[in-house]
Amino acid sequence: MDNLFIYILRIADCSLILGQRMSEWCSKGPTLEEDIALSNIGLDLFGQANGFYEYASKIDGNKSADELAFKRNEREFFNYQISEQKNGHFGTTMVRNFLRDAFKYLFYNELSKSKDETLAALASKSIKEVKYHLRHSSNWIIRLGDGTNESNEKVQKSLDFLWQFTGEFFEMDEIDNKMLQEGIGVDNKKLKNEWNKIIIDTLNKGKLNKPEDGYMASGSKKGIHTEHLGFLLAEMQYLPRAYPDAKW
Amino acid sequence: MNEKNFQEKIEKEQKIEPKDWMPDGYRNHLIRQMSQHAHSEVIGMQPEGNWITRAPSLRAKMILLAKVQDEAGHGLYLYSACETLGISREELVQQLHDEKAKYSSIFNYPTLTWADMGAIGWLVDGAAIVNQVSLQRTSYGPYSRAMIKICKEESFHQRQGYEIMAEMAKGTAEQKAMAQDALNRFWWPSIMMFGPQDSESPRSGNAMKWKIKRQTNDELRQNFIDKTVGQAEVIGLTIPDPDLKWNEERGHYDFGEMDWDEFWNVVNGNGPCNQQRLDHHKKAHEDGAWVRKAAREYAKKNTIN
Ligand SMILES: [Fe+2]
Ligand SMILES: [Fe+2]
Ligand SMILES: [Fe+2]
Repeated sequence: MDNLFIYILRIADCSLILGQRMSEWCSKGPTLEEDIALSNIGLDLFGQANGFYEYASKIDGNKSADELAFKRNEREFFNYQISEQKNGHFGTTMVRNFLRDAFKYLFYNELSKSKDETLAALASKSIKEVKYHLRHSSNWIIRLGDGTNESNEKVQKSLDFLWQFTGEFFEMDEIDNKMLQEGIGVDNKKLKNEWNKIIIDTLNKGKLNKPEDGYMASGSKKGIHTEHLGFLLAEMQYLPRAYPDAKW
Repeated sequence: MNEKNFQEKIEKEQKIEPKDWMPDGYRNHLIRQMSQHAHSEVIGMQPEGNWITRAPSLRAKMILLAKVQDEAGHGLYLYSACETLGISREELVQQLHDEKAKYSSIFNYPTLTWADMGAIGWLVDGAAIVNQVSLQRTSYGPYSRAMIKICKEESFHQRQGYEIMAEMAKGTAEQKAMAQDALNRFWWPSIMMFGPQDSESPRSGNAMKWKIKRQTNDELRQNFIDKTVGQAEVIGLTIPDPDLKWNEERGHYDFGEMDWDEFWNVVNGNGPCNQQRLDHHKKAHEDGAWVRKAAREYAKKNTIN
């Protein structure tokens, strides 16, 4: 399959899957204001996913954006495993989002300089949103970290657990390298320093400890996932799969 | 003297504002009605929230999530308007949890298929609009302004719901059956949203005198039915009421007898989802307690820019 096509799918999948997780929060937020904010982030992510899928669909020439989202199986999804991790409590959601937002912010910044004009434009549009997401999640990391003992402990625990999913951000495989050589893709390895700075700065403000790099999960670039993704897809894809002839 | 001035103002169609003198009965009636309205917006997020993760296309997902988010915004806006009467949001939510305050019974019905997203937008938001357009002329300023603001979005919701129904009605046989089934289940609960018949409604008297309410339940219900029948016809769905018939003389549709036993049953807590809706709201509130506490503690210590 086309390298660019896969490259775009990876980006789109990441937004879709996290968007799906964010939409699970609807009517469950800790305040009404926060409920609205979480939905907002979900909406941004679905919008991003849609944009990237449309582009992938154009390159593929075969499947529509919706088919890409609703008619692929677990092993054909390429989102980072962190995106599919369960919401857990509010602190876990914020840690997951924060680790990812910081990376995505740097990633889209680089991608906006891509030789591929469509990708560059999609990235530029996404930066503005991710910048807001990062501010939102960092503020919560700081508030919860420096709130009560209970909130600090809870968030530290989430952080210690989710840290293993951050290694994937900086992996480069053959497709990534080809895209980089062609001036289309991003050198993820190069983003690690900046990412570390953002993470350390925010964790310090929140009186939280940065976990040591230990075992790191890997595999999403080959469609390897945690068990959560299968259930997420089963729920998300059920209608288009149950009624393949229907238009909605 | 106060009372006379107040009523004169009402007669002259001047709005009552938070700092104006008002009778206790007026204030209490408003708190009850506005908080019930706010709770309805918020509890109403659940039956539709139920389908966001299963929406069948990217577009449908975004529309539904945005819609439910709007409802949260309406709730927020109405809580603020209600707070102008001297009661806090915390107290209002506590009343909801203590089952002292109610919300619209329509949200105690389960959403069983995707077509229910169409039926709710079309019928439930449709009925809400009829009620809220009338309330734009309500005598209490903050409530009136809230209704003007909210109605624009509700019209949007109504059109989006109708679009889902129309799309399904002209889709596969299974889709059409699903749409008809949703209409069958939501029709009667929707027309009961306007409350008991005028002959049964105990509080209408003062509410009409104070111009909180501008039209009676029966007038509003008739208005809704009259404008909805044609919409069903256009998309080829059948309203589940054999007595529904145009009455030339009245210039309105005649319609069948509503099942008031069911209505009161659901109002009094025995609907299919009453317990579930309230438990869900309480759980979210309790799960969020440590977050709100941490935010308060943090704010005491710092300021975030
Ligand atoms: Fe609403
Ligand atoms: Fe409403
Ligand atoms: Fe609405």
